[in-house]
Amino acid sequence: MKHVLAVLVEDKPGVLTRVAGLFSRRGFNIDNIAVGETVSPGISRMTITVEGSETIVEQVVKQLHKLVNVIKVSNLSEEPSVMRELMLIKVSAEVGSRSDIQQIVETFRGKVVDVSPDTMIIEVTGNEEKMEAIKMLLQHFGLKEIVRTGKVALLRGSKITREG
Amino acid sequence: MIISAMQKEGVEIIFGYPGGAVLPLYDSLYDSELKHLLVRHEQAAVHAADGYARVTGKPGVVFATSGPGATNLVTGIANAYMDSVPLVLVTGQVPSGFIGTDAFQEADITGITLPVTKHNYLVKNAKQLPEILSEAFYLASTGRRGPVLLDVPKDVFDQEAPFEYNVECEIPGYNPTYDGHVGQISRAVKAIRDAKRPVIFGGGGLIRSGASTALQDLADKAQIPIILSLMGLGAYPGDRELFLGMPGMHGSITANYALSEADLIIATGVRFDDRVTGKLDSFARNAKIVHIDIDPAEIGKNVKIDVPIVGDVKIVLEAILKKLQPGDTAGWLKQIDNWQKQNPMPGGLKKTGSALKPQFVIKELSRLSDDHTIVATDVGQHQMWTAQHFIVRRPQAFLTSGGLGTMGYGFPASIGAKLAAPEKRVICITGDGSFQMNSQELATAVYNRLDIIIAIINNSYLGMVRQWQDIFYDKRYSHTLLEGNPDFVKLAEAYGATGMRAKDEHEATAVIEQAMQQKGPVVIDFVVEPEENVYPMVAPNRAINDIIIGGDRS
Ligand SMILES: Cc1ncc(C[n+]2csc(CCOP(=O)(O)OP(=O)(O)O)c2C)c(N)n1
Ligand SMILES: [Mg+2]
Repeated sequence: MKHVLAVLVEDKPGVLTRVAGLFSRRGFNIDNIAVGETVSPGISRMTITVEGSETIVEQVVKQLHKLVNVIKVSNLSEEPSVMRELMLIKVSAEVGSRSDIQQIVETFRGKVVDVSPDTMIIEVTGNEEKMEAIKMLLQHFGLKEIVRTGKVALLRGSKITREG
Repeated sequence: MIISAMQKEGVEIIFGYPGGAVLPLYDSLYDSELKHLLVRHEQAAVHAADGYARVTGKPGVVFATSGPGATNLVTGIANAYMDSVPLVLVTGQVPSGFIGTDAFQEADITGITLPVTKHNYLVKNAKQLPEILSEAFYLASTGRRGPVLLDVPKDVFDQEAPFEYNVECEIPGYNPTYDGHVGQISRAVKAIRDAKRPVIFGGGGLIRSGASTALQDLADKAQIPIILSLMGLGAYPGDRELFLGMPGMHGSITANYALSEADLIIATGVRFDDRVTGKLDSFARNAKIVHIDIDPAEIGKNVKIDVPIVGDVKIVLEAILKKLQPGDTAGWLKQIDNWQKQNPMPGGLKKTGSALKPQFVIKELSRLSDDHTIVATDVGQHQMWTAQHFIVRRPQAFLTSGGLGTMGYGFPASIGAKLAAPEKRVICITGDGSFQMNSQELATAVYNRLDIIIAIINNSYLGMVRQWQDIFYDKRYSHTLLEGNPDFVKLAEAYGATGMRAKDEHEATAVIEQAMQQKGPVVIDFVVEPEENVYPMVAPNRAINDIIIGGDRS
């Protein structure tokens, strides 16, 4: 099963190496990782998606806690949360297929952000299923390039993941 | 500034080796009160600091230069990390402007040691130094102990900065739990009350947390037998009736049977290493397991736990003692007594000709030592024989490389131990292979007039590896015969130490007695039966009650 972890870390040199190194050293798999600032200065938030059983994820969480620069780890998959990812897709778009593509993009509430004589770049945000679905539908036009940010997530409601 | 911080932290001695990048640091040592032990190889500095730390419970401090000086520390750091030993290491680094350019004697030591330190720092500015130093000492010596390294560029040593030092410090991401959860403690108390066949299984955590007295109280009051891992030896006196020995691969038969048959295991400060558990699926199948440990990540890592208690083992054991309701263990103790009578440790006492048996040497060393003696071992057969036959009666008196299994640990560790406790007798029990991994430290021991007995169990083999070749590789002794060993007596004498040799039992007893009267380091070359094996033995990944007994039982 996939678990999404929110990891609050001190914004110090080498934290990302420490976190990434821990995963490879202990044989855990990172599906994806996204890093950015938080509302508190000096603290960054990593959103890490890991694949593994309950026991493995429990070990991951405990080992992350042991890193001195890690302030807080919570498993967002255990609670209701909003999860999003942003993807840019460069797809082949001959003049004749543009309106078909456009329609698919609208259905998924995506955006066309660039057009060239034979390609379009599409931006979509959403959860895993939505990403997979739009990828599948655009496949036969010819996918030229894809880039994804990795998942980010917040708990629903007024609860927050905070340091301390 | 670094030296002043050391003084504030109560550091008495630094173990180190100078070089270009630490010239400024060594210059400030020149007219300081702080003692410094100059070793002959940086690896020995770490092991000596480690020995010092295991004996005193205080962090051992190491200085080394950049590049090769720093990389020479790595084995020692990994060793301390695996055995949770508090160390603070300061390495010099090339000047800030040169970092990342492959400058002369540059090595990314924070990168290299990332997986084997509790934490490490690259100090960018002297202003950060007081805070980082105080964090380093705090991290090394609290929670689960471990090595912390500071890498300091040469120019940073020279920078001026205000020195305001607080020994107390706060780190947002670091809050070890010391008190156990009250509910879990009650569950442990009930489990003890209801158990018919309980055992206590203790490890190095007992020693680090100073929990021996609490452990002894618990065992004695509730009449629960005790098994100690290699790292835990000494936490309970090795000659008492309730002590069943070490478990696992070369553990006592009774300890392995007891773990396998127990209905309750009270695991304290242990990490269920594969050398102890054997095949995991068949480990302790009948038991409920209470696990007390300061490191939450150890609980449930290898073995499923019924009552997890995160906390300092001493504090938690004391809490359990307050509510203790002893159960009825009389029948169980009788059963254990039978096992013990039927399965004594194979002593190797039945002699073939006049050959000296290694087990005899260890037993004699033990018999002739007092209760306060500190023993350091190296790694191999002699280490296992020491664990089996040397009676350790006190905590912090048995130093061995448990987790990493580092040949070359024992002798430098005994140097650190002697400096930590000059009034105590220190014996290093080593192998002919292991001793040669750090024998250069004879110079250090002689120069500093350290009374250390170095007992070489000389079988002319990398004995433990030869044993595996004997049992699992059809006696194909590939590269384990140590042809070309030096004459250890002459080697000792070349350094100005005393050298002695024993080839039979009579000589062995005589030289041990003589060595105990001697001043300065004494090297004893015990020429023992070359192909003696360590028994009992559990083959790797087999159930721990599936034991190869072997050897003679006289
Ligand atoms: C640094 C290092 N290299 C290799 C090994 C593998 N090893 C384990 S025991 C052993 C033999 C040790 O020989 P010796 O010190 O003579 O002890 P003995 O087993 O003969 O008592 C070896 C090579 C090790 N543990 N450490
Ligand atoms: Mg040997």
